[in-house]
Amino acid sequence: MDDPATPPDSGLGLTERPPEAVVQMTGIGVEFPGVRALHDVDLTLYAGEVHALLGENGAGKSTLIKALTGVRPPDAGEIRVAGRPVAIHGPAQAQDLGISTVYQEVNLCPNLTVAENIMLGREPRRAGGIDWRGMRRQAAEVLGRLNVDIDPASPLSAHSIAVQQLVAIARAMQVDARVLILDEPTSSLDADEVAELFRVMRGLREDGVAILFVTHFLEQVDEIADRITVLRNGARVGERRTGEMTRIELVSMMIGRELAVLEDIAQDTEARDESAAPAGADTAPTPFLRAIGLGRRGSIEAFDLDVYPGEVVGLAGLLGSGRSEMARLLYGADHADTGTLEVDGAPARLRNPRAAIAERIAFSSENRKAEGLVEDLTVRENIVLGLQAARGWARRVPQRTQDELTSHYIEALGIRPANPEALVRNLSGGNQQKVLLARWLATAPRLLILDEPPRGIDVGAKAEIQKLVHDLATQGMSVVFISAELDEVLRLSHRIAVLRDRRKVAEIANGPDVTARDVLELIASGGQE
Amino acid sequence: MAATEVQAGATTRTSRMRGTSPLARYGSVLATLVTLVLVFVIGSTRYTGFLDSQTILNLFIDNAFLIVLAVGMTFVILTGGIDLSMGAVMALSTMVTARLLIAGWAPGPVIAAVLLLGCVFGVGVGLFIRVFEVQPFIATLAAMFLARGLCFVVSPNSLSITDPFFVSLSQSRIRLWPTGTAFDGRTLYAFISPSVIVALVIVAIAAWVLHATRFGRTVYAIGGNQGSAELMGLPVARTQVLVYVVSGVCSAIGGLIFAMYSLSGYALTGVGVELDAISAVVIGGTLLTGGSGFVIGSLLGVLVLGTIQTIISFEGTLSSWWTKIVIGALLLVFVVLQRLLIIRRRT
Amino acid sequence: MRSLTRSKVFWPLVALVALLAVNVVARPGFLGVRMQDGHLYGSLIDILRNTSPILLVAIGMTLVIATRGIDLSVGALVAIAGAVACTQIAASPTPGSASTVLIAIGTALLVCLVLGAWNGFLVSVVGIQPIIATLILMTAGRGIAMLVTGGQITTVNSPLYKSIGAGFLLTLPVSAIIAGVVLAATALLTRRTALGTLVESVGINPEASRLAGVRARSIIWTVYVFSALCAAIAGILISSNVTAADANNNGLWIELDAILAVVIGGTSLMGGKFSLTGTLIGAFIIETLRITVISLGIAPEVNLVFKAVVVILVCLLQSPVVQRKFRARRRAVAQEHGEAVEVVA
Repeated sequence: MDDPATPPDSGLGLTERPPEAVVQMTGIGVEFPGVRALHDVDLTLYAGEVHALLGENGAGKSTLIKALTGVRPPDAGEIRVAGRPVAIHGPAQAQDLGISTVYQEVNLCPNLTVAENIMLGREPRRAGGIDWRGMRRQAAEVLGRLNVDIDPASPLSAHSIAVQQLVAIARAMQVDARVLILDEPTSSLDADEVAELFRVMRGLREDGVAILFVTHFLEQVDEIADRITVLRNGARVGERRTGEMTRIELVSMMIGRELAVLEDIAQDTEARDESAAPAGADTAPTPFLRAIGLGRRGSIEAFDLDVYPGEVVGLAGLLGSGRSEMARLLYGADHADTGTLEVDGAPARLRNPRAAIAERIAFSSENRKAEGLVEDLTVRENIVLGLQAARGWARRVPQRTQDELTSHYIEALGIRPANPEALVRNLSGGNQQKVLLARWLATAPRLLILDEPPRGIDVGAKAEIQKLVHDLATQGMSVVFISAELDEVLRLSHRIAVLRDRRKVAEIANGPDVTARDVLELIASGGQE
Repeated sequence: MAATEVQAGATTRTSRMRGTSPLARYGSVLATLVTLVLVFVIGSTRYTGFLDSQTILNLFIDNAFLIVLAVGMTFVILTGGIDLSMGAVMALSTMVTARLLIAGWAPGPVIAAVLLLGCVFGVGVGLFIRVFEVQPFIATLAAMFLARGLCFVVSPNSLSITDPFFVSLSQSRIRLWPTGTAFDGRTLYAFISPSVIVALVIVAIAAWVLHATRFGRTVYAIGGNQGSAELMGLPVARTQVLVYVVSGVCSAIGGLIFAMYSLSGYALTGVGVELDAISAVVIGGTLLTGGSGFVIGSLLGVLVLGTIQTIISFEGTLSSWWTKIVIGALLLVFVVLQRLLIIRRRT
Repeated sequence: MRSLTRSKVFWPLVALVALLAVNVVARPGFLGVRMQDGHLYGSLIDILRNTSPILLVAIGMTLVIATRGIDLSVGALVAIAGAVACTQIAASPTPGSASTVLIAIGTALLVCLVLGAWNGFLVSVVGIQPIIATLILMTAGRGIAMLVTGGQITTVNSPLYKSIGAGFLLTLPVSAIIAGVVLAATALLTRRTALGTLVESVGINPEASRLAGVRARSIIWTVYVFSALCAAIAGILISSNVTAADANNNGLWIELDAILAVVIGGTSLMGGKFSLTGTLIGAFIIETLRITVISLGIAPEVNLVFKAVVVILVCLLQSPVVQRKFRARRRAVAQEHGEAVEVVA
């Protein structure tokens, strides 16, 4: 470990402690084969407080939660619940102790009804078995408290991911939990749903529930958290009360690089201001990629889009607005029902990813686990995969080329561990994302479609990746950039396409005078003046 | 440097309601029912006497053991597992039944011992899968080899059963309703064997367990998403072992029924019958990936298989291998149908 | 040494050696190989010959399993290949001529290629789970084989055909040479080209592979065709060895033996990384076990019990739980060692 753990915080500055510490974790240590995931971490949850747990990916947040919920009991340290030492060996036991969890990925059963998903394991019973009517009624009550208006008897799979997330929260709330763990619950919710979740969280806080809240969204921390614990490299960097430090301090605690990265980002913003005029539009009359009336039923309405060489086109819109769907059509990952594509002015049919790759288009999916990486293969094999696939199986990429490419990208992107033969499974989220990017850069694409994951990637890695993309664009590569963070879209893009409700509603040239507010208004108005 | 949360005007939460109608829920079972009726119509238009009530009842009598096996297989497949050992455990049960009866045991203890045997196999397989994380396919394959091998250890030859209780059970007919008069003036009755009652009771119990108990719902939850089921705090480990106990006990009951039916124990009983059970479950509309399906469907699936066999036996000129080809074709149709259903649901 | 015990093929190899040792104890002359009638002769040579069909089927199965699939239909394909070849030879006026035998073999291979393509179509295009897609042909396949033979056991009288399964070339069994050539060719094909990596990639994450531009569909299709081809060759070896096509019994349960060989050899049924060496050892274990039981004077049917024991043992040793225990102990020993050194220093 190149970064020694910062000594435990000296001045907590906690003058008034709430009376009841519901959960006290002290000296928690967890080891995975060859990795020390957590070392000597303390965490205390107080009744009636929202406690934010922050840290880069790989900092140990998930491991700490798993230790508390018994999914992976710790190797060292002590957990006390309501003052009594306990050994938690599984989620069921944690629930018995009043600890409920809503996980990052929706962890429900899509084949069962909403009511069952809320009530599974504690269904009301009467003579003759489960009381189905009573179960639906109780589920409806909990959903009512959340203001979620869905039929408890409908199958879970019939609902969007956001609604499924709310069902998961309803499940956690249905047991009268004294401790509620929310592991990045907001990453798939839209602003409205987040506001509603916060309303519910405040209600629970008033009822004296201790809430552990994991998120990447810092302004959410400001809004809801009473206390913050920051983890880095498996160790606790510090615990503070909200309001005792500035945003910049907080971020630098998380990534431990002081302000360097943030300054980088600030400089990028200035760069954007200077070179705001799309570099390509004037010099290259034909766009590299032109979509005319491209659309797919149930996915995205027909849209036009031009991407010029050296240009970064940002897609802005809410989650589910059709951002990713647009990207998939441009890449041929889905079939288009209508419309045509032109590459360099010539008609091109992208019936599958292979055809897109042949036109030197690359697509880095937001869902790297399912749609990106082959986790049981090595870093080298993953980086070479795109290139190899394009050549076909018969012509193996020569070993020397493989080695050169791999070591080049490990260095250029700062992939850690810097071991070409490490299994990608064992890398942290940010490093996995870099491997995926390296795969596409290795194919020397003329257009990179970068669908940024809304979660699971840390600020530092994000900044590094975006800087690289910016540099490549100045060298002539076209980029379609998708991100949930409007600031990032504004910072990187020359032009911004605005989407809403699976439809492209507007397209604006980016410039110094374009603000986040302008884009937001476009989204809100749906492009109507 | 705040990351701007994208804010928009009031968004309405859509709650799309799909697939909630009973038709969608029970569509797969309905398809099996339609198939069954269709097969019957084909049979009855071609052969007189096919729709005779006794022909239909014989379906139950001849396939009582398979119904029981299919019930056990349904539990296992609902969790996303598979049990290849059912035929072999059934054969071992017939062997042990015969051997113990020959050794002079009373029928009661024999039945208890055989059920215990099924239990032990189930627990063994379940623990093997759960504790040692061996894939169900391999674990039950090992159990299949073990059970089939033990059959030969018990006896390489067929053992006949002469115990009066078993003999009387095998000959007893439960009269249902009069169907006509024989040439000597006796009234003829439609009848079933006691094994049919056993099989149907087991189907009823299984349907209730799956629908109305926490164990049953956990079975579905595991099939839907095992990781989720574990994080929800459901007793996944216990349930996973238990479904193999269920299939083990069902195999043992199937063995007892078969021993009664054939009045013998034979080491090569039920070779490949686990494939019939799997076919019946799949034709009955249960997804092999788990999480969706009904015991009633499996019952109908067994009846479809049985009817096809009856048709082929009615058709004197058709050779027996056509049964296999027809069942294979039917499997194909159902599997493709399931596939289309899943694709339609996703879009 | 440590890397050796960690290797996936270590425990299977130990099992094989142990089995051979049991044989040597039971029959001290077991390892003896001598020349007789111009070819090698001995128990080891028998094992070599009898392993060939299982090995062939298992080679195809290894690639199928690496793509996260399974092929249950190979046993039926073995029967069909034998049926097609034997009925042709039996119907020919010149059963001994090279052209008859070649045409018969060619037709058998072709029929199986088509059936393999059918399996591959169901799995890769229609998207049916492999276990059920191949179950269809497993169920219907023996019926088809009986259709071909008319329900009879078709015997052939062709010395040339017999020599494939029972003959010798350069003092070695022809069948072993065929299996060896197929194994070597498969190893070269998968490891000298990128086929192996792409097969593993598809097995680990099909969707990611597709989006990376891998022709996942055609790779999956290919492995099922290849598996059918291997099964067809095995079917020809088996029917040639017994000079008959028995639609009911040729290759009965060989799919299970082949899957066992693959799993014993350390390739996971969950797909991904595969080991042809492991499969080779696995196939040898299964055949050696059979020989061992016979040479110990136990009824051959009881072999199934021992097979079960071997499967259980190998699976236990490879299971994550036991592996973790081993690793923990190894670490503990290493630590003790380290402390002792410190004390001395």
